[in-house]
Amino acid sequence: MGEINKNQKEWQNCKGLREPIKSLQDKWRLVPSFLQVKGLVKQHIDSFNYFINVEIKKIVQANEKIFCDSDPMFYLKYLNAYVGTPDLEEGFNVTKATTPHECRLRDLTYSAPITVDIEYIRGNQRVIKNKQLIGRMPLMLQSSNCVLTNKSDYELSQLNECPHDPGGYFIIRGQEKVILIQEQLSRNRMIVDEFKGAIQCQVTSSTHEKKTRTNVIVKNGKYVLRHNALSEDIPITVAFKAMGICSDQEILQLIGTDENTIKKMAPCILDCHNLKIFTQHQALSYIGQKFKAKRYPTNVSKMKTPVDEARELLATTILAHVSVENYNFYVKAIYLAIMVRRVIEAEANTGAIDDPDYYGNKRLELAGSLLALMFEDLFKRFNWELKNIAEKIIPKVKAAPFDIVKHMRPDLITNGLFTAISSGNWTIKRFKMERHGVTQVLSRLSYISALGMMTRVNSQFEKTRKVSGPRSLQPSQWGMLCPSDTPEGEGCGLVKNLALMTHITTEWSEEPISRLACNAGVEDVRLLGGEEINNPSNYLVFLNGNILGVTRHYKKLIKIFRLFRRRGIISAFVSIYPNHNQRTVYICSDGGRLCRPYIIVERGLPLVKQIHINELKRGLKKFEDFLKDGLIEYLDVNEENDSHIATVEAEVDPYVTTHLEIEPFTILGVCAGLVPYPHHNQSPRNTYQCAMGKQAMGTIGYNQKNRIDSLMYNLVYPQSPMVKTRTIELTNFDKLPAGQNATVAVMSYSGYDIEDALILNKASIDRGYGRCLVYKNAKTTMKRYSNQTSDRILGPSRDATSGKIIKAHDILDSDGIAAPGEMVENRQVLINKQMPPATFNPLGQGQPQQVDYKDVPITYKGPVESHIEKVMVSSNSEDAFLIKILLRQTRIPEIGDKFSSRHGQKGVTGLIVQQEDMPFNDRGICPDMIMNPHGFPSRMTVGKTIELLAGKAGLMEGKFHYGTAFGGSRVKDVCLELEKHGYNYHGKDIFYSGLTGEPLEAYIYSGPVYYQKLKHMVQDKMHARARGPRAVLTRQPTEGRSRDGGLRLGEMERDCLIGYGASMLLMERLMFASDAFSTDICGACGRLASRAWCHACRSSAAVAAVEMPYACKLLFQELASMNIVPRLTLKRYC
Amino acid sequence: MLSEVPSMAIEKVMIKNNTSIIQDEILAHRLGLIPLKADPRLFEYRPEGAVEGTEFDTLEFSLKVRCSHNKVQTKDSFRPEDLYENHSVYSSQIKWNPIGNQASVHKDIDVGPVHGDILISKMRPGHELDLNLVAVKGIGKDHAKFSPVATATYRLLPEITLTREVNGSDAALLQTCFSPGVIGIDSNGCAYVKDARYDSCSRNVFRYESIKDAVILTRIRDHFIFNVESVGALPSQAIFVESVKILRDKCKTLLDELQQFYHSSSITHVNK
Repeated sequence: MGEINKNQKEWQNCKGLREPIKSLQDKWRLVPSFLQVKGLVKQHIDSFNYFINVEIKKIVQANEKIFCDSDPMFYLKYLNAYVGTPDLEEGFNVTKATTPHECRLRDLTYSAPITVDIEYIRGNQRVIKNKQLIGRMPLMLQSSNCVLTNKSDYELSQLNECPHDPGGYFIIRGQEKVILIQEQLSRNRMIVDEFKGAIQCQVTSSTHEKKTRTNVIVKNGKYVLRHNALSEDIPITVAFKAMGICSDQEILQLIGTDENTIKKMAPCILDCHNLKIFTQHQALSYIGQKFKAKRYPTNVSKMKTPVDEARELLATTILAHVSVENYNFYVKAIYLAIMVRRVIEAEANTGAIDDPDYYGNKRLELAGSLLALMFEDLFKRFNWELKNIAEKIIPKVKAAPFDIVKHMRPDLITNGLFTAISSGNWTIKRFKMERHGVTQVLSRLSYISALGMMTRVNSQFEKTRKVSGPRSLQPSQWGMLCPSDTPEGEGCGLVKNLALMTHITTEWSEEPISRLACNAGVEDVRLLGGEEINNPSNYLVFLNGNILGVTRHYKKLIKIFRLFRRRGIISAFVSIYPNHNQRTVYICSDGGRLCRPYIIVERGLPLVKQIHINELKRGLKKFEDFLKDGLIEYLDVNEENDSHIATVEAEVDPYVTTHLEIEPFTILGVCAGLVPYPHHNQSPRNTYQCAMGKQAMGTIGYNQKNRIDSLMYNLVYPQSPMVKTRTIELTNFDKLPAGQNATVAVMSYSGYDIEDALILNKASIDRGYGRCLVYKNAKTTMKRYSNQTSDRILGPSRDATSGKIIKAHDILDSDGIAAPGEMVENRQVLINKQMPPATFNPLGQGQPQQVDYKDVPITYKGPVESHIEKVMVSSNSEDAFLIKILLRQTRIPEIGDKFSSRHGQKGVTGLIVQQEDMPFNDRGICPDMIMNPHGFPSRMTVGKTIELLAGKAGLMEGKFHYGTAFGGSRVKDVCLELEKHGYNYHGKDIFYSGLTGEPLEAYIYSGPVYYQKLKHMVQDKMHARARGPRAVLTRQPTEGRSRDGGLRLGEMERDCLIGYGASMLLMERLMFASDAFSTDICGACGRLASRAWCHACRSSAAVAAVEMPYACKLLFQELASMNIVPRLTLKRYC
Repeated sequence: MLSEVPSMAIEKVMIKNNTSIIQDEILAHRLGLIPLKADPRLFEYRPEGAVEGTEFDTLEFSLKVRCSHNKVQTKDSFRPEDLYENHSVYSSQIKWNPIGNQASVHKDIDVGPVHGDILISKMRPGHELDLNLVAVKGIGKDHAKFSPVATATYRLLPEITLTREVNGSDAALLQTCFSPGVIGIDSNGCAYVKDARYDSCSRNVFRYESIKDAVILTRIRDHFIFNVESVGALPSQAIFVESVKILRDKCKTLLDELQQFYHSSSITHVNK
């Protein structure tokens, strides 16, 4: 404090510093510059690039040698590994370069070969072979090896790719797959939490070999060590003794020598004495007895004594990330001591308990690290298999020397990676990891839905659990995760989205950091005793969760690190921050941390000046130059919490402020960025819009006409919104829009607008408003079977008598495939395919080749006809013919279609009104849409009313207004513009009723609002049935629209009818309209009879026909088959 | 005028070939919305159920365009105008094919799209359009394309009365509150109502406390100012006359019906 006061005085003497800081003009220009290099989907691409260029080599190097037990001379050594450029395997050893679009169309996988250089023994020779294929790696689009990288817009268009397509996904068997960002608790960090009232310190260690969890917990006032490999908790003092810290004094010195600690530790020490454990050997043998019984004792483990085993466990399994050399446990003991100290501190002060939801303790796993896990597992299995083969074959004497290359099968790794990505199941047995739903199909409903998917963060928490902690918005998520974009319902708060400027770090090597730290005065902990480590003037330094050493001048250390980082000597993504309560300094360089750029403020002045921005505007500087010049730096969540960040220039306090926000609107994500004036809306409305923006149809990319997707919605005349935001421009939403500007009058009309229903103008619809195209595809393959037969396609069949082509085949070309441009109706054949009856058994030699083919036509289903847009005939990866037909429907808005504005205000069309019946204003403007004003008071979407005003003024001025969050055009300016053009200042005009012709009594608020057409349309939902298909087993009507099913009279409806007493109606609905069945029952024995003859009574005297539900009869038969006799008592009722 | 005055518009499009990127239905929809220069009074409605049109109720057009590379292109230009021929299809490329003795009845300039510069589609080499278009007479109730007007609207004549004298800066302020030309300022600096007709009725005067009480804004209830924006097939005044005729016919029908009803009811009375 003294320091600050001194500074304060100094500064007060200076003139000029007290003046308010001028705000920078056009500071937002940094954001697009940032987005060119980082952010949005770049984190996926960066992480994947790191994997294929760096990490894959490390993995191969870590598992570089294979030895064989049967031949000590034999070895196989991997020298290097590469991932190539994308290609297709066409036959044997022939490859052809490919493009992502080709893979999409032909249902192929966009992948590149993984090749290795190897050195191995063949016979007695040492052989070096380069470029040996070991598998294929699915490639991420826009990654360093992808053909699309660094291509101009023109080149991209030549490759049939949209220049705005973000990339960052994979194409597996023609399907676009995204590996979602996975959120998890950070590894190798101590986390103190409360579990069932007891305080515990938990560390999840993770290394390449092992993943274990170690706990220090309080049990009956004593501290114990708990680990999965041990059947019982170990007293902490025993653990210390096992690690070679045998004297009680030394243990206490490591943990702490203040009175409280000694008092708390006393029972533990006593405990140890009671157990009569004094030496390391005694302690190890004690631990050795507590092992969990192994299910499969191996030869190796049998040879070891319990003491050895315990020592091994302590060295490699417990706190696995703290490395132990030559069984010197000192560092690990210090680590354990710190864990104990944390628990003791947390007991005294509950404030020391860590918050598990704090975002600094979270790490995000990206495609690269997930694939690295998968690849390492597969690569190990691949090597294990090679070793097995070598062991089997080498002992056999053979003519040719054993050549391991011939046994390298690339399928294992290829299929492993392909199926993992296409199914989303990440199963790694080594780590007992089993995760589902890691990947998802990229939703191409609209451009925004695809982009929004790339920024999605999936949490590992179980969705069904009703906990509020992990779901609620954490203050530490500020600026990193979008506060609005989360789904409603079960995934609420667990599925998050990244904010606009968030970047996720990739790993950076620890070595230079630890060297720098040593130079900056960090002393190695191994040279120090407990007293020195715990000295209050010393700070412990951690690097990625490992103890690096002790420093006395932590401020100096931090300053040096930050200086080096700003100078670009160490990676910009290394973070350093102190924790004063724990007296530690943490340095992080691991991957998966969230970080975000800030402008550095020094002495109350932001380093970025107007000149810099001007240079940026003129293109002389880029974002990276700002970073290099030390004007801007990245802060991760933890370091952000150690900084004082001003949101705007006016908030800069010369004494404390360290950083300045680049632009406040970047705290929102991509989807929330579409909302104009979101800061005027009630927060849940923005959340609703985030969900709905993904269902809006519009354009999905410039290559949409070349795609053959299974479902695609397009708007015929999409428009860019009148009221834009900066985010819209940054994400190119204005170039690939999803919606139209509708002139909206906020008034009530006719009563068909209750409950958010909208009234549409028929003339607007006639002129093309809300018109959309729906594309669907039909596809088939022509397979070739093992018995030399194959599928075939025949031309249209003709009617035997008239010689005319039959109705179902009306649209077929002579090749048996429907012709482009034709209209298809329900049940018409698209592809007249036939299949041979037997596909397995080889046909006999003498048998005639004439086989009866079975018709398996691909038919069109749907109540409304479609047009054939195009037909594609190609081949897929199995060399079979692949035929895809793209079907198109043009849909005009009808009653019941769903529309929504950008403010979470959705509604269905309630009525379509002729133009002459619509109200109009003085200038003859007739609204396209009427919205009921009751939508406003409870929803509090003030942003929408401002959007309307700004849109109206924009129309008059001929420009786009901005509704950027925490900024944008001001209402006052907008209104003055309206006034200038002769409109009412408040945006309310006189309207005349279209029905009576009289002026309306109220002034009507009207203007353009951007409306999205959502994918829910009546045509896809309408359903009715009188008669139709029934389920085979129960003979009840089928369920669901897709199977033309019945409408269920459910349990609650049944209750109503019972309550009302309408028994005959019930009877009709539940039996006669469903599965009525007449069966014979024997009145004498009460059992089912067959054909009026009771088999049990051997008579037909008492047999009567009874009507009952078929399901009931089925039940009786099933019961009878279980030796339970259901008997019916028959009575005459009339 | 919006919905019942008839006009001609393309109703059916026979597509022989369409290899452009625009879909058949969308192309047909776009063609339908092109306003046609043909006097609907000279045509009849096509009878319901008729498949083939006659010379009295149908106009036939054709559109045949093919896009190709420009052979004599300038070297350095990358503009589509220079690279390709027929890269955009305009409504002027629609050709009229007279049927029957239409050629003698109608003059060539009287038939065809009103505007020649309506963009129908953009094309690239290899794209081709070969269409037959059939235009019929219809009314706006059926589809907005048959409406002869862009819009037809009316407003009531505004009336502005100043209740007290407004002068000085207030007068200038008052002037800015109305559309230009509504308020005049005389030589004394006093505001007076020059011509209320031009006012857009924005009611912005009432935002200013100082002059709020000086103005009464009303409308004359029985003074309608009609505004008819024709799309071009008929002049506005003709459309107005047509609409009045339709209204007259409607009134006549109503009167006839009433008459008949009166008669029939009186007959039943007699019978009773």
